[in-house]
Order: sequence, then C-alpha cells, then structure tokens
Amino acid sequence: MYSAKVMEHFQNPRNVGEIKDADGVGEIGNAVCGDIMKLYIKVKENRILDAKFKTFGCGAAIATSSMVTELVIGKTLEEAEKISRDTVAEALDGLPPIKMHCSNLAADALHKAIEDYRSKKRIKEQK
Amino acid sequence: MKKVYLDHNATTPVHPEVLEVMLPYFKEKFGNPSSIHGFGREAKVALEEARERVASLLGASSNEIFFTCGGTESDNLAVKGTAYANRKKGLHIITSKIEHHAILESCKFLEKEGFVITYLPVDSLGVVDPKELGKAIREDTTLVSIMYVNNEVGSIQLIEELSKITKEKEIYFHTDAVQAMGKIPINVKKLNNIDMLSMSGHKINGPKGVGAIFIRKGVRITPWSHGGHHERSRRAGTENVPGIVGFAKALELAVRDVEDQNKHLKELTEIFYRKLTEAIPDVILNGDLNQRVFNTLNLSFKGVEGESMILSLDLKGVAVASGSACTSGTLEPSHVLSAMWIAPEIAQGAIRFSFGRDNTMEDVEYVASILPEMVSRLRSMSPLYAKEK
Repeated sequence: MYSAKVMEHFQNPRNVGEIKDADGVGEIGNAVCGDIMKLYIKVKENRILDAKFKTFGCGAAIATSSMVTELVIGKTLEEAEKISRDTVAEALDGLPPIKMHCSNLAADALHKAIEDYRSKKRIKEQK
Repeated sequence: MKKVYLDHNATTPVHPEVLEVMLPYFKEKFGNPSSIHGFGREAKVALEEARERVASLLGASSNEIFFTCGGTESDNLAVKGTAYANRKKGLHIITSKIEHHAILESCKFLEKEGFVITYLPVDSLGVVDPKELGKAIREDTTLVSIMYVNNEVGSIQLIEELSKITKEKEIYFHTDAVQAMGKIPINVKKLNNIDMLSMSGHKINGPKGVGAIFIRKGVRITPWSHGGHHERSRRAGTENVPGIVGFAKALELAVRDVEDQNKHLKELTEIFYRKLTEAIPDVILNGDLNQRVFNTLNLSFKGVEGESMILSLDLKGVAVASGSACTSGTLEPSHVLSAMWIAPEIAQGAIRFSFGRDNTMEDVEYVASILPEMVSRLRSMSPLYAKEK
C-alpha cells in the first residue's frame, strides 16, 4: 500500500532526534488519532541550517517527518513556508488516500516550528 | 526469508485433510442439493451428513444447524432475525461494547429502525460483568448477544452465567462463538441456556465463505435473506456444498484436537510473553494471561505505534495485526481496547499476536529475537518514549 520511497524513508529515516538549543519547535497531532510529531529547526540568517524530528505514528507519519526534514534543510524560511502537505506527499511518490489527512502532518509541524521561531524572535527583539 | 504467520484470529490456512474432502464437490460431485436427480441427491446427502456431523460435535440436533456464508451472516441473522420476529414483545436488545462489527453494525441498523440497544461495558481485562447484564434487562428486552471470546484480546466471557440470567427472564441469548471454536470445548447440551451460536469456517482451518448458526428449536426468528426454501426457509440460496463439507471436517478436527492445541498454544504464548518481557522494557499486556484463549496475546510496546510495528515485522516476514486506528481505516483506536479503558497511546500501539496449530517454538524464538531491536528503533524516534525516560 505504501510507495517504495515511503518504505525507504520508514526504514532509514533521515534526521531523527532532537535539537537541544533549537530555534523553533513545532508539535502536532494527538494520541487519539495516532500520530504525534515534534519537529526542531535551527535557523541562521533566515535560513534553516538543521532540522530534526521525533514521531510516534504509522509508516506514513515517520516517512513524511523524515522527508520534510530533508526538504527543508538549507532553505530560507520563505521557501520552507511554501512546503505543503502535497509537496511532502509528492516527494514520497504519493500516500494512500486515507493517510493524506491523518498522517500527513509533517508540513504542519514545520509551519508551527517556523511560527515558533518567529514569535521567539519577536519577543527577543522587543526586549 | 523466514515467514511466520501470527494472525490466526484474522484467518487460518485450510487444513490439508479439509481441502481433500472438499475437492470432489467442486468437480464430479458438483450437483445442486435442491435438484431431485442423482447429481442433486449426491450433493444433498453430503450436505445433510455435514449437518449431522456439525450437530453431533456441538451436542445439537441436526435441525438446529443452519449453514451460512460465515460468521458475519450468522450474527446478522441472529440479531436482526430475532429482533424482528419478536418486535411485538419488545424493542430492547442488549449486547456489549466489545462485540465484532457484525454485531455492532447490525445493532446500529436496528437503532435506526426504532429498536433500543444497550451496550454493556467491560472491565479492564475485557470481560462483561454478569451483574451489569442483570441491571440492564428491561421488561421489553428480547435478545442478549454477547460474544464467547473477543477477537482482539482473547478474553473469555462468562457465557454460562450470562445465559442463565437471560433464561430466568425468558430472553433469547445469542453468542458469537467464532473465536471460541477449537479453543474452548463447546456443547450446547451443556450450555443449555444458549439459544443461538454463530460459527465460522476459516477461523478453524476451514475454508472462507462458509459458517453456520445453531438456532435452538423453538426460537422465533425471521429469515434475513429471501428466496428458495433452503436451510428450512431460514436462509435462502443454494448451499455452498464444498465449503459446508470442508467446514464440517474442520470442526471435527478442531473439536478432536482442542486439548492438544490448547496445551501447545499455551506453551508457545507463555514462553513468547516471557521472552519479550525479559528482553524489552515497558511491555503492556492488554487482557489477562489466564482468562484468555491461549492462542491470543495482545501487547503494547510503550511509546511505539502499532502500524509501524506491523510494517517492521512484515519486512521480516512476520504477520500480525494491530488495534491502531491506522490499520482499521478509521481515525480512532480499537473500540475493544477503548472499552477496556486502555489509554489511546497504548491502544494505538497494541499488537495482536494470534498463534495457530502450525506455529512452532522456532517461530516463537525467531519473532522474540527480532522484536527487541525493532521496538528500540521505533522508540528512539518516538517523542512519547523520550518524554518518560
């Protein structure tokens, strides 16, 4: 049911882990629906230098998490913001229909992480 | 790659002896039992012999056995058939929260038709308390349907006690015994308060597409499929003769071997459980080690989601099932585990290992040897496990 690319990312996920001094963290999902994703980003001069994730979830949840970190590293925040759920699914050669809404949360976690980075930055600047 | 099948509660392989007795009824003995010529009579004899065999294996009489296309059809007939036949007496039906969807969806259908359904709770081990049944019975209750054995956690229900309560109140008692056949000796003469009992072929090393229902003499039931006068007008449609012949054989083997199989499966699953709990921290048993059918073990590995475990095991040739939402096509974890008050993140990680007669100690050792690494790999990715440790 999964594409070869999904299975490959499931078996060898990229960028698993946490970033201790992350500049932005995005968490999404809940245990009732079955997927919880936490995405960490390191930002320098408006560019994402590093991204790591931790995910509790199905094969699709793990593969989309892995893929989003791969897509995002090296991108400017504006470029990263353009990454959507569809971008991630396409990069994985598609996802089964039922997984498109329930487990394709990685792009949302990314957007939350960027939002988190920006709000932290605003607070710093106000100080 | 080594292959290990541990999903026998989903389906089982057809036993070679079963297949052998079925084959002639696809080929030279293909007749329709309703035909009066020689071909038909030959099929009719086979059909009635199968019925007699099934009846005697269950302690029933042959006119109390009706063949269906499987457990789901038997459950539909029992629930909807008695609900409609007895609607003048009342519209209230009692079942449990952990039934198979064949029962639950039949009940939901009846709710739309104006019937009232009570769904009994279960305790944390997945067992219905007979006291709860006593409390739920009303003047207008016509049917109680409680499964014999739960398919997800293997919990065994107190069928004797439950059916005694309904008998005293003159309410019909049905049990879905699909997961109990071949694991618990069943005799309806002994269990004399049971009015109906559903069975399935493919869970007992018989073929798919065939099952049966025991309907005790005198039970008022409305047929649910209409057509010819097959199955004494309770179930229209030309009988699946090869399937029925195979089903009777499968039941014969299941009944014959029940003690040996229980011993075998108890040993396998207990050793499997011990090996896993020794090698892996935070393994949670969903259900009870003793109050269960011995082939079923439902385990959660804290911090790990079920589908990712199924995929990991599948890559190593091991077939299991899960209570996770991802595998059920819904967005919620298993209704059975939820009814047992198991937390969503534990329910999402539940893995059902269901063993069968062909499994060996070698299978146990293989699966137990590959699981620790899988669990620790997935835990290293999990935000839930890191939080706790």
